Amino acid sequence: MSTTVEEMQQRSNAMTAAELAGGTESRATVGDVTVADPRMVCRDVDVWYGAKQAIKRVSLDIGKNEVVAMIGPSGCGKSTFLRCLNRMNDTIADCRVTGSIQLDGRDIYDRTLDPVSLRAQVGMVFQKPNPFPKSIYENVAYGPRIHGLTNRRAELDELVSTSLQKAGLWNEVKDRLEQPGTSLSGGQQQRLCIARTIAVSPEVILMDEPCSALDPIATAIIEELIDELRVSYSIAIVTHSMQQAARVSQRTAYFHLGDLIEVGETNQIFTNPRHKLTEDYITGRFG
Amino acid sequence: MNKSSTAGAPPRRTIEIVNASLKRRYARERRFRALGLTAVVLGVFFVVLLFADIIGKGHTAFQQTYVRLPVTFDAAVIDPSGTGDPEVLRQANYGALIRAALREAFPEVTERREIRALGAMISVGAPSHLRDQVLADRGLIGTTQEVWLLADDDIDMLVKGHIDRKLPESERRVNDQTLGWVERLESEGRVAKRFNTIFFTHGTSREPELAGIAGALAGSFYTLLLTLLFSFPIGVGAALYLEEFAPKNRWTDLIEVNINNLAAVPSIVFGLLGLAVFIGIFGVPRSTPLVAALVLTLMTLPTIIIASRAALKSVPPSIREAALGVGASPLQTQLHHVLPLAMPGMLTGSIIGMAQALGETAPLLMIGMIAFIVDIPSGFTSPSTVLPVQIFLWADSPERAFVERTSAAIMVLLAFLILMNLSAVLLRRRFERRW
Repeated sequence: MSTTVEEMQQRSNAMTAAELAGGTESRATVGDVTVADPRMVCRDVDVWYGAKQAIKRVSLDIGKNEVVAMIGPSGCGKSTFLRCLNRMNDTIADCRVTGSIQLDGRDIYDRTLDPVSLRAQVGMVFQKPNPFPKSIYENVAYGPRIHGLTNRRAELDELVSTSLQKAGLWNEVKDRLEQPGTSLSGGQQQRLCIARTIAVSPEVILMDEPCSALDPIATAIIEELIDELRVSYSIAIVTHSMQQAARVSQRTAYFHLGDLIEVGETNQIFTNPRHKLTEDYITGRFG
Repeated sequence: MNKSSTAGAPPRRTIEIVNASLKRRYARERRFRALGLTAVVLGVFFVVLLFADIIGKGHTAFQQTYVRLPVTFDAAVIDPSGTGDPEVLRQANYGALIRAALREAFPEVTERREIRALGAMISVGAPSHLRDQVLADRGLIGTTQEVWLLADDDIDMLVKGHIDRKLPESERRVNDQTLGWVERLESEGRVAKRFNTIFFTHGTSREPELAGIAGALAGSFYTLLLTLLFSFPIGVGAALYLEEFAPKNRWTDLIEVNINNLAAVPSIVFGLLGLAVFIGIFGVPRSTPLVAALVLTLMTLPTIIIASRAALKSVPPSIREAALGVGASPLQTQLHHVLPLAMPGMLTGSIIGMAQALGETAPLLMIGMIAFIVDIPSGFTSPSTVLPVQIFLWADSPERAFVERTSAAIMVLLAFLILMNLSAVLLRRRFERRW
């Protein structure tokens, strides 16, 4: 996966024409997609929605205890890619995924692997806060309960409180755990969703534009929280805000029309992008 | 732009064009509103007309005429040998007691034909009422009591004013002689209208004054209970499978189209199907709530499936994603999250389906619910009829007294329908959820 910048520039120019013609040829990725200590390893992932290819030969590693940000213009496939990582795309009837995605060395699209157990290891936080219309307590306790993590009420209470503490919500809700989760503010709801996700103790947390429905204050709180969660989890976050990517992530991946254009250290991507498309995007020339 | 303006004239400003057309636009809006209002007023008018007619005809059925006579509970008639055996008491000729009481009240009547006419003033159901009184209290034997006796339906109609007393005798159902007796009883204060408990506690009867809706109500109750037990689980299950689990392909499209078609099939067709399949092939006993419920289940299933699918569709996908995201299996997602949220909508649809089933007549005629059944059904397999069929039967009866009973039964049916629809509305209001 090592190509010189010059080569890439030439190819990207050629690709712009192919792109206009609606070409499906994939572009090679600039930068190193691998990490030394990967938790998830994706190689040559293609995703089709029916006849339309949404993701083209994308390879990317997600390391332990790091935050990978995925940025790119709307419709570039970053959310689609994220949803492949816990097989949420299974619910879409005509969605087809090829290539290999491994979690701790095990192919997650293997026939013998149950998507239910995968989702216990790879949690997800969605764009719009989506707490269950049940009590705050039930929202957090639901995952551990269905997976049978604890059977005793005391342990469950403990798990709920530590999850809410980790999500930075405990002090705000500890006196009203029986109130419905939907009665919280948007930012609190999103943190409740994060607490619900970490209550199952996943290894990886996927976040699909977690702050796009929140105000700047709530966003700042969540961003802080993401930074804290990095200590225990691997996090992949899709975001529309480049500032957010710059603030929370260690590595950044830039997607463009289903291609992974460039991957690198976040600092490098934002200060010294190597690909023309990346540069255009982060300097605001399009997207 | 305005084409009539000459080339040389300055172009009209947009605001002038808009203002010119405003009047026309508002006029059109007023016409539309007037039309809508007319439609609503017409609708309300006919509903009021319907209710006024039914209530006007039916409200008198809730009262019944009784005649008070001193009845001597003659031991020689009731229990000649003084055994006190209940069987003897039950077999005794209580009609003779009433005839004796009448002869005493009208001593001048001696002719045989007139005595029979006198006896016809009192309902044929009155003797059994006396019998029940005696069986309840043996102490009555040998005493004389003032007893309110149920009047015959012709007398009832006369007292309620449904038979015009001023008509010439030849055109009146009650002859002058009987009219004279009734007026004499009235002047003595021996005639009174009392609340008609018989209407609510008896099955149907050939005699209007003894006919009640209890049998039809019980039949409707058993039928609806079974219909709900059959159709709700099947309907919800089918909706859940089709909406959430079934692959989307030509077959499921075909099934969906057919379910929608089934909802539009004339109900009598379901009755024929029930007759051929449930009774003909499976040998389910006819005229029973069981077979009626099977037929009505077929009829209400499409309604319930369509309503349930709409309720499932209205649950936002984010709830499903949230559940799947924490690792719930598809069935857990449905049972723990989607189904509870869709349940109010499903129940509303089911109640409306049940209301439809309660008012259904045609298919039930096909499966023998039209039989004349006096007994109040005691279970799912005892012969019975249902409320709308009872109304149909009474509406066919010539006696004037059945007209008011028909309307009264319609009032009861409407009351239940309104109650069910109201509960559906309240349920929807109570559990309506916004995301």
